[in-house]
Amino acid sequence: MARFEERGPRLPVAQATRVDKVHPRARTVRVLVALVSVVMALVMLLPVGVMVISAMKTRADVMSSPPKIFFKPTLEGLVLLLTDRAQLSEEDQTKMQALADQGKLGLFARIALSTGMEITGPSAYVTRLKNSVIIAGTSTVASVVLGLFAAYAFSRFAMRGKNDLLFFILSTRMLPAVVVTIPLFLMYRQLGLHDRHLGMIILYTVFNLSFSVWLLKGFIDEIPKEYEEAALVDGYTRMQAFFRIVLPQAVSGIAATVVFCLIFAWNEYAFALMLTSQRARTAPVGIATMMGRGGIEWSAIAAGAVGFLVPVVIITFALRKYLLRGITFGAIRG
Amino acid sequence: MPPTNEPQQTAGAIRIQPRRHLSDRSIQNLFIWPTLALLIAVNLFPLAYSLYFSFTNFLAVQNKPPGWVGFANFGTILNEPEMWHYFATTGRYALMSVGLQTIIGFGLAMLVRRKFFGSGLITTLILIPMMLSPAVVGMFWKMIYNPNFGFFNFIVGAGDAGKGVDMLASKWFGTSTPGLALFAVVIVDVWMWSPFVMLLVLSGLNAIPEYLYEAAAIDRASAWFQFRRITLPQVAPLLLIAVLFRTIEAFKAFDLIMPMTGGGPGDQTELIAVQLYRKAFLGTFQTGFSSALAYIILIIIVAASNVYIKYLNQIKGEA
Repeated sequence: MARFEERGPRLPVAQATRVDKVHPRARTVRVLVALVSVVMALVMLLPVGVMVISAMKTRADVMSSPPKIFFKPTLEGLVLLLTDRAQLSEEDQTKMQALADQGKLGLFARIALSTGMEITGPSAYVTRLKNSVIIAGTSTVASVVLGLFAAYAFSRFAMRGKNDLLFFILSTRMLPAVVVTIPLFLMYRQLGLHDRHLGMIILYTVFNLSFSVWLLKGFIDEIPKEYEEAALVDGYTRMQAFFRIVLPQAVSGIAATVVFCLIFAWNEYAFALMLTSQRARTAPVGIATMMGRGGIEWSAIAAGAVGFLVPVVIITFALRKYLLRGITFGAIRG
Repeated sequence: MPPTNEPQQTAGAIRIQPRRHLSDRSIQNLFIWPTLALLIAVNLFPLAYSLYFSFTNFLAVQNKPPGWVGFANFGTILNEPEMWHYFATTGRYALMSVGLQTIIGFGLAMLVRRKFFGSGLITTLILIPMMLSPAVVGMFWKMIYNPNFGFFNFIVGAGDAGKGVDMLASKWFGTSTPGLALFAVVIVDVWMWSPFVMLLVLSGLNAIPEYLYEAAAIDRASAWFQFRRITLPQVAPLLLIAVLFRTIEAFKAFDLIMPMTGGGPGDQTELIAVQLYRKAFLGTFQTGFSSALAYIILIIIVAASNVYIKYLNQIKGEA
């Protein structure tokens, strides 16, 4: 009895908790799980780390064996990626060095000079990046705008064979690129769209259209019909209701769709490989086929790959709420 | 005062505005047809076009008009042991990569399932590979696998340049090991797409009501029993969707492999999509033959997608 008094009265139970959750063993397990997940995340990110490291190495360091972990970071890879260069004679090198010492050379020129080269102009990759921006940007706008209208109609109107139509739209996305490209290649050749921006824009628009219809339909389905109905009763036309009531409500969904379409178009490789050769060639194909002096220019490729990585990391974080929806065509809300 | 056509407004009379008013029906058509027209022009029409080609001996580099050969192309494909070999390679690739992705993805999802400090950040970090461009990923893994300066060789402890592991040439410490190159590609695919499985499984796990586990805990069910009887059946539909989707993708696999191995060494990583590209766009541009091959792949994929979409709708109906 005395022992009870020593410990004092029991505290009232303020919160119910499960024994199996506060048990020391359960806590150890939780800590272990956290540790293992951190390790797994590190393993998953290891290749990305290798890529970032390689992008900061000089051409010689990238090819050193065994691979260097400690090295002097440089932007040489980026310079190799973005410029065309010419070898300088020793005489010219000293002249250029003098200029550099006076601070008259830009950063890229100084880096090129340190390898005994002079920059002669932007590389073909710069053109490919521009192509990628133009093609991905335009096709994204087109497919989201078209998709928005179609998604609204599919969401709000009853129509015969709606599910079949939606099925048809999604099934076009499942087609392997090569299957569509064989006839498209011939069609484009006839129409003069082969290796043209317009041809790629049309193709990417359609490629993303099925995705944007499905994703946007999911978002519009979530906006209560009653809002528009109230507006219609108040004398809005259907069009006005669509533009003034539905669109503002769907903004975050539209933004997510835009970003997904952008990244799909930006990453696309197969269509671009088969339907372009020079003029409209895009960056992923540019990286995959990049050759330099004496073989593959690895430090330039690593720099290019990091260029692809950075936007993706930002987007992954910005979109984490919508990732699940995005990859399942809006079917699973998560 | 000049005469006016405007009706005189009288107090109390209801004026019906002569506003141009589109009916819902015309709005529906206006909204849907641009999309459908584009899909028909850029997807359906080309498909019909290539169906025609699949019955001809057309070569895109020749100016000869296509000659009708009936089912000869299909016959050739189905009788050629090489083609069966490529299909078998694709099947092995699909089996290995989808199998590993399922196991690893499921494991990852189980790990990050319960919230802990930083678990959100870790989940998002793990998802990064999935969002990268497959072609670029293929290229930089080629670098990681490089026998001279690649990190992979360094990490498996092969040490000396050229003597160690050359995954993409199927060489394990100098011994040629056929199948290693395919496995190298599988590793990359698994690295890229396990997060996809994880994401789907995670959403399935989060949807399991906690009271099921509480009831099981009260009944003193073992952890294994809880996993087998609660977790697994509840996650199964989403896991199946992930598997189905990845299987379809495996049959389309091209972006990753092309820059990384180009089908080599020999034809060890020659998946069916790579072979199709080779037949259609390299060498003699065998348009007729490759259209037939494309149709065979298409049938496989359409069948699988059908199951996928049906299943997706079913899940959606339940949610």
